[in-house]
Amino acid sequence: MIQVLQLSKVFRDPKRGEVRALDGVSFCCQPGQVFGLLGVNGAGKTTCLRILGTILQPSSGTANVAGFDVVRQPERVRANIGFLSTATALYGRLTAQETVEYFGRLHGLTEDVLRERIDGIFSTLDMNEFRQRRCDQLSSGMKQKVSIARTLVHDPPVMIFDEPTHGLDVLTARTVVGFIRDRRARGKTVIFSTHVMREAEKLCDAIAIIHNGRIMAEGTLTALRERTGAQDLDDVFVKLVEAT
Amino acid sequence: MSGLRNIGIVYRKELLDSLRDRRTIISMIVVPMLAMPALMLGMGTLAIKLVARAQQEIPKVMVLGGEDSPKTLAALHGLKTIEIVPASLDYTNLISEKKVRAAVEVPSGFDAALQSGEKQTVRIYVYGGEIKSSFGAQPIEQFFRQLSDATLNERLAAHNFPARLLRPFEIQRTNVAPPAKVSGNLIGSIIPYLLILMCMTGAIYPSVDLTAGEKERGTMETLLCSPVARTHLVYGKCLVVLTAALVTTLLSLSSMGASFALVKRLGLGSGGGGPALPLAIDLSSLAVAFATMLPMALFFAATMLAIGLFSRTTKEAHSYLQPLLIVTVMPAVASLLPGVELNSRLALIPVVNVSLVTKEILSGTYHWSYIALIFGSTCVYAGVAMAAAVWMFKRESVLFRT
Repeated sequence: MIQVLQLSKVFRDPKRGEVRALDGVSFCCQPGQVFGLLGVNGAGKTTCLRILGTILQPSSGTANVAGFDVVRQPERVRANIGFLSTATALYGRLTAQETVEYFGRLHGLTEDVLRERIDGIFSTLDMNEFRQRRCDQLSSGMKQKVSIARTLVHDPPVMIFDEPTHGLDVLTARTVVGFIRDRRARGKTVIFSTHVMREAEKLCDAIAIIHNGRIMAEGTLTALRERTGAQDLDDVFVKLVEAT
Repeated sequence: MSGLRNIGIVYRKELLDSLRDRRTIISMIVVPMLAMPALMLGMGTLAIKLVARAQQEIPKVMVLGGEDSPKTLAALHGLKTIEIVPASLDYTNLISEKKVRAAVEVPSGFDAALQSGEKQTVRIYVYGGEIKSSFGAQPIEQFFRQLSDATLNERLAAHNFPARLLRPFEIQRTNVAPPAKVSGNLIGSIIPYLLILMCMTGAIYPSVDLTAGEKERGTMETLLCSPVARTHLVYGKCLVVLTAALVTTLLSLSSMGASFALVKRLGLGSGGGGPALPLAIDLSSLAVAFATMLPMALFFAATMLAIGLFSRTTKEAHSYLQPLLIVTVMPAVASLLPGVELNSRLALIPVVNVSLVTKEILSGTYHWSYIALIFGSTCVYAGVAMAAAVWMFKRESVLFRT
């Protein structure tokens, strides 16, 4: 479960001065649900997810991930999440297996458990063919599978995805979408950000529209449609953003 | 315990990653393995051969004047170590163009002045800084010094004065240091400089690759997602940079030793009548010198890591590290400077202290109080640099600088 309460983040930029990337954001994601954070580029999605992943610290407010506070227990939070974003690249000089092994070990898995997990994940994601190939020799689809395997190896209860299908071809994007559904089916808490409305429509049980660092609306897709009187999510989004 | 385990995991992974990088291999292994033999064997042997050849060559020397001093002129012509060429008014240009190595001007009435006791000045013309020219001047200088001594003795004898009148006592210098220590003193001047240089060279590439390189490749955020404490990530990375620095230093030492051994075996050090190279060195001194360098290597590793972390790109990191290399090499030169002695103030200046103490250790002098002071102070500097690296690694504004 993820609980976010009045989360704010201010960056100090030498050129632009103080930039408020997040402004009092609150929402809640339940286990067994996919929670979508929808917004245009620069809306504050990545900042929000980076705070949940304890990569950034909030300026104010709090968030609780899998029962741990992101400020006071960052290492415990990271031990319970799988974080995937366009900015989380792979070590090009390591093989697919070495990469997943490395992160498994960093999560404290024993060698026996690690071997078993890797065998299972590599079979499920159909990765055995390129298991011993270096990451810099893999296609973008293969790389994304390795990244997914990395987030899965310690079987975390919470998954955080920042634009996970960004820049991927249709087939690889389908693999990612299938993987997110699988996590939900296993009762995990999944939060993901996107600016692709169709993706959110297909996947999300609950949606929060974020714009200029603020949550404009939150609820199920049906509730948002009722609130705006629009059917298409694109229209729902535009109406909510324009209302501000 | 989990902290140590995590540091070990990060260390092993970063080491494997670095060893698969061609550029790290070149800076860590290829450069020290090839640069030292090239420097020692190539340049050293070449210099020795050139000097030996220059010494074997009979230099062409011009005698200016002296027509009224047939005795001196005949004695000069009798020298087998020089070839006297006909005099020319253009002797300055001929020396500059290296057609003549040196010229000697015998003053008018020189033989007569020797008899009468009138003071005369013999001028020798050379091309300053040119070794062959100085080799040409040497036999002439020696000839006139001997002539001066002989004339002096004759004059003393003529007045019934003993020769010891002008030389009341002799000065004799006796070496008490074993040959290895003598060599250590000579080699010891240059070894600290080379070791400090190689220690830094070995650390540069991995320190940049593991920090700014990670930022550039986008793997930094991946690593930050792991549950390992930031401090342990820095320690693991720092150990890899330290390993690279020490391996480079050790390989440099080994290849230097092998080069010396080879030079000695081939007899290049004393070949051709040239000067013998100081080739013996005490291995235990070398081991102590290496141990003294350990905290300095850690200091370099942590400093470079902090700089790498601060940088946005590898290019930016290299632009910061190149001046650092120059700034570090300058104090490292301290060991090469004559008359610079280790004292309690210099013992606190990073790099200078290690440079000077290494020189002392290699020449067989162990000032244990200074060694302890240097070891301790450098450990403190390394600790401060490590704290700076950890501080950098915990700052969002540094990790996500754009």
